[in-house]
Amino acid sequence: MSTELSLQEVKKEWHGTLMSYLIGFFLSLLFTGFSFSLVLTQLFTREMMIYAIIASALLQAVVQVRFFLHVGQEPKPRWESQFFYSMVIVLLIIAIGTLWIMSDLNQRVMLNLEK
Amino acid sequence: MKPLVVHHTDTLEAHPDIHLPDTHQDTFSKAVLGFWFYLLTDCLLFATLFVTFVVLHSSTFGGPSAQELFTLPLPFAETMFLLFSTVTCGFALLEAVKGRKNSAVAWLAVTFLLGIGFIILEINEFNEFIQEGNSWKRSAFLSSFFALVGTHGAHVSAGLIWMAVMAAQVYHFGITVDTFRRLVIFSLFWHFLDLVWIFIFTFVYLIGVLS
Repeated sequence: MSTELSLQEVKKEWHGTLMSYLIGFFLSLLFTGFSFSLVLTQLFTREMMIYAIIASALLQAVVQVRFFLHVGQEPKPRWESQFFYSMVIVLLIIAIGTLWIMSDLNQRVMLNLEK
Repeated sequence: MKPLVVHHTDTLEAHPDIHLPDTHQDTFSKAVLGFWFYLLTDCLLFATLFVTFVVLHSSTFGGPSAQELFTLPLPFAETMFLLFSTVTCGFALLEAVKGRKNSAVAWLAVTFLLGIGFIILEINEFNEFIQEGNSWKRSAFLSSFFALVGTHGAHVSAGLIWMAVMAAQVYHFGITVDTFRRLVIFSLFWHFLDLVWIFIFTFVYLIGVLS
């Protein structure tokens, strides 16, 4: 079998539709508007607002990964999705690990300075 | 002496799935998969810059804090420019699928203008900070701010050059297997930059204004 695809076959490899872009766009607009209006009005406590806008950012990221980058819609074996999810795990280890270590170091050094 | 024993020779029969066509042997799939590798390493680059910013965000060294520097309207305008441009980039791809060369180029041009708008706003902001003496030399907070947002801006600038080249290619060669593949890869890059920007406006600007 030939391994090169024709233009028609290549076009089927791309999974964007008008609907997916419109859904992604309006959901992104919604989450962006929510985050900015929350910080603009400052109706809640600071901690609550920070948790809310981080949750909103994560949800918007999921929306964009799904509707703009089309992760999880390619044919099996889903290499793109698998690499993407393993990268997310590495990223979380780096980010959470660094924040944990740095805040721990910060507390220990500051305690010693105060003595 | 014992003969060399090779294990599992009896199981080397064809896997039942072997007659399925492998979906990743053609140039298109290989190029897209390769570009995904690049995007994932880029993602790790941005992740480390984000973590650096979060660790250093209160180390102002007597300089201005995030709350004193940042306002809401500017990042909101930048977000809108980038969000609209990512959708018009998708529209260019949709037109390319339909084989309409000219409207694909037109949507790319709209995407380009929106991207230029974003970059102009960002350069203005940087220029303002530097004029006020708040450059990356002022504090660790500002160093990490310029490193993170500047790296994103450099990516967007590179994307703009790439987009101009793509528009010229599509205009000149039409929608072919090659130009369509490059358009798809470019759209991945552009959507990825909007994805990174979500976290910049949340962690840098919004939380900066709050704290």
